[in-house]
Amino acid sequence: MLRYTIRRLIQLVGVVLVLSLLLFAWLRALPGGPVSALLGERATPESREALTKQLGLDQPIFVQYFKFLGRALSGDFGVSTGVQPGDSAMEIFLQRFPATIELSFLAIVIAIAFGIPLGYLAAKRRGGWFDNLSVGGSLIGVAVPVFFLAYVLKDVLSSALGLPTEGRQDAINATRVTGFFVFDGVITQEWDAALNALEHLILPAVALSTIPFAVVFRITRAAVLDVLDEDFVRTAESKGLTAPVIRRRHVLRNAMLPVVTTIGLQTGALLAGAVLTEKVFSFAGVGQALAIGFERRDYPVLLLLIIMATIVYVVVNLLVDLSYAFIDPRIRTR
Amino acid sequence: MAHSRTARRRWTAAIGLTGVAALALSACAQSDRGDESGSGKVGGTLTFGAAGAPKLFDPFYATDGETFRVSRQMYEGLVGFKAGSADVEPALATKWESSTDGKTWTFTLKENVKFHDGSPFNAEAVCFNFNRWYNQKGPAQSDAVSQYWLDNFGGFADTPDKPSLFKSCTAKDAKTTVVELTTATSQFPSVLGFTSFSISSPEALKKYDADNVVAAGDSFTYPAYANEHPTGTGPFKFSKFDKANNVVELVRNEDYHGTKAKLDKVVFRIIPDETARKQALKAGDIDGYDLPNAADWAGLKTDGFDVKVRPAFNVLYLGINQLNNPKLQDLKVRQAVMYAINREQLVKSQLPEGATVATQFMPPLVDGYNKSLTAVKYDPEKAKSLLAEAGASDLTLKFYWPTEVTRPYMPSPKDLYSAVAGDLDKAGIKVEAVSKPWNGGYLTDVDQGIPDLFMLGWTGDNGTAHNWVGTFFGRTDNRFNTGKSPWGKDLADKLAAANAEPDEGKRTALYEDVNKKIMEEYLPAIPISHSPPALVFKKEVQGVTPSPLTDERFGTTTKG
Repeated sequence: MLRYTIRRLIQLVGVVLVLSLLLFAWLRALPGGPVSALLGERATPESREALTKQLGLDQPIFVQYFKFLGRALSGDFGVSTGVQPGDSAMEIFLQRFPATIELSFLAIVIAIAFGIPLGYLAAKRRGGWFDNLSVGGSLIGVAVPVFFLAYVLKDVLSSALGLPTEGRQDAINATRVTGFFVFDGVITQEWDAALNALEHLILPAVALSTIPFAVVFRITRAAVLDVLDEDFVRTAESKGLTAPVIRRRHVLRNAMLPVVTTIGLQTGALLAGAVLTEKVFSFAGVGQALAIGFERRDYPVLLLLIIMATIVYVVVNLLVDLSYAFIDPRIRTR
Repeated sequence: MAHSRTARRRWTAAIGLTGVAALALSACAQSDRGDESGSGKVGGTLTFGAAGAPKLFDPFYATDGETFRVSRQMYEGLVGFKAGSADVEPALATKWESSTDGKTWTFTLKENVKFHDGSPFNAEAVCFNFNRWYNQKGPAQSDAVSQYWLDNFGGFADTPDKPSLFKSCTAKDAKTTVVELTTATSQFPSVLGFTSFSISSPEALKKYDADNVVAAGDSFTYPAYANEHPTGTGPFKFSKFDKANNVVELVRNEDYHGTKAKLDKVVFRIIPDETARKQALKAGDIDGYDLPNAADWAGLKTDGFDVKVRPAFNVLYLGINQLNNPKLQDLKVRQAVMYAINREQLVKSQLPEGATVATQFMPPLVDGYNKSLTAVKYDPEKAKSLLAEAGASDLTLKFYWPTEVTRPYMPSPKDLYSAVAGDLDKAGIKVEAVSKPWNGGYLTDVDQGIPDLFMLGWTGDNGTAHNWVGTFFGRTDNRFNTGKSPWGKDLADKLAAANAEPDEGKRTALYEDVNKKIMEEYLPAIPISHSPPALVFKKEVQGVTPSPLTDERFGTTTKG
């Protein structure tokens, strides 16, 4: 198990290195660049040339890359030119990552909290009205674009529920400790701040949760249906085990493997969805920084954020693989 | 390592707690939003929806509107601009006079003024600021850092190859400052009203290492002064920039030397998405925002909001680059393009209420505007005959227009492009359309002279003609490549002479003359329109005067 983990982590290092090179070249191959983004209509031939030189963009790309790599190894990923000029890319990541984690985590929690029980129920009542209704509903969940739903939630639901529609928190005095606003409010016992931050999370998280919810629901339903037909379930029933025991120990446990895999894969989708959701709700997370960074060609920030997103994706999926062992003891012995 | 472990532990805890909180979700969905400050004429918080985060808070290093917007609430310059106009008025200087050669300027300063840190404002403080600007070193001399100084004052103390407009500053007595220039310029003293040249507290500048700009790899990092300790004399003081929450907070300066601000606080919430700003205003989360889309003005008014239209202080032009197509060096061809465009119709159908056809490259508010010029009437037949005369009836031009951008002078580039391209087609000029994202190749290509025609414009910094025609045509290797034509050099020389004329009356006449020549003899590009940008506020927000320079100060603003 440990060897497996280590091997996967070494693979990750390779992936990150290759990715950083590709991204580095790709970003610089994009038309435009930070120089025109910074100077705009005011650019003159001299100012363009001077700034290009100052930013080191006049050097051959491999020289730029190795300089970047050298600095990156000492933890310096460059300084933002567009998202928050003057702040280091790492600072921006550390500031915004907690926001996206809060948002994605709540979205996944909502997706799991509703997806698994509903999927189980739908499978148990296969062909009934509840099954048909929820399968139809989940199709809509997959099909409706996140940003459309986000606008609907914003326009229709926000005033009805009195929920805020933009930002992470109102402009109140809140102590920042970790950058996770809800958590910060709890540990500093600033309950108002925690509650306020949580309220700001609800609508975007609901909008973001629709995709993983629909997928979790459908996979759970299919997996439970498969398992319900298995011999060991019939055996358990004939042994006279009680329904809750069969459900927990035999049905759900066996049905969970594909569900957990799906949840892992969905983290990638969540990051993609977060770009749109954060844009609509002006939520100061990684997604918003990616959008602004792309618009202003902020090379260092884009590079770091995309690499970090990759690392998160790989690590989450590694955790998912490892969790199989706990769900299915047969894998452990293999 | 130890650090990352704590971070990880925090993380795990955070995840757990967020989960618990999520389960309690239904319980708090209905809870009160709280934090509504009291209203009334004095007090209250103005929450403004900003499109972007301020880069920093030291206006000297600022280059963008969002940064200036915050800075100008905290800072003042020696001169200011009359609310709602581009006319210079006294600010920290009560009066000033210049020598006859326009090179020596004597400023009389306002007395009993204190900086936010309690230190006194006086002639020495003023000179400290001038000398600070002039003595920027190393990375701080970059265009991306000290752009406004470079554009308006030229070089620095240690750049002898790049002369500076600034020569010296002397504190004659506590309330008299004498500034010597190397040459006369129309820009003085109005340039001192730019937010960039606001006066900072010398003590704070020294204490917080204000000049320590560092080139870090491929960008610049700024010192503590610019990030956390801006110290001016203005009606509001810096309170904090909560980056994680994208909120900037300013509080009232209780020791302000003039009429104290009515508001307790001004809060800037950063909402990058335009639609999101509109919704935030409608939901009551913010009290106002800048640059509502012209298409929304009517709807916002119907919903009971106050759309404040600024006097138009910009110009949209159709750029012509003479570099690639030699036919464009023929005045008749450029005139044909002008006759081909139905500018009147374009202004009516594509631009917001209050927009006007441009008769020259600057709006009427600018000194040197030539009132006698009129826009030529739309005449596609005349365009065709001019083209025939020039032997250019089969003209095909590469016409660039930008995507992913709106500018105050160009609310919808695509619609404007379509209108212009349609008109050109009617006059028999074929276009090869190229669209590129603003920051994704458009500006680069325009600056590299790739298009024949392009849409661009300008929003003025001040009311001097030099800031307009001087910027566009003051050199021959500009975006239009006027140097390709024999008159390009003449035009640049005439502009330089006008700018250096110390006598205001003579200078105005020179600029009026240049503007006439530009339109009738040179025609380096086609001015199209001036369109007014707007701000929008809730009805209960009073005392914001829309400024052509976007110089809106909230010192006199009330809410409720």
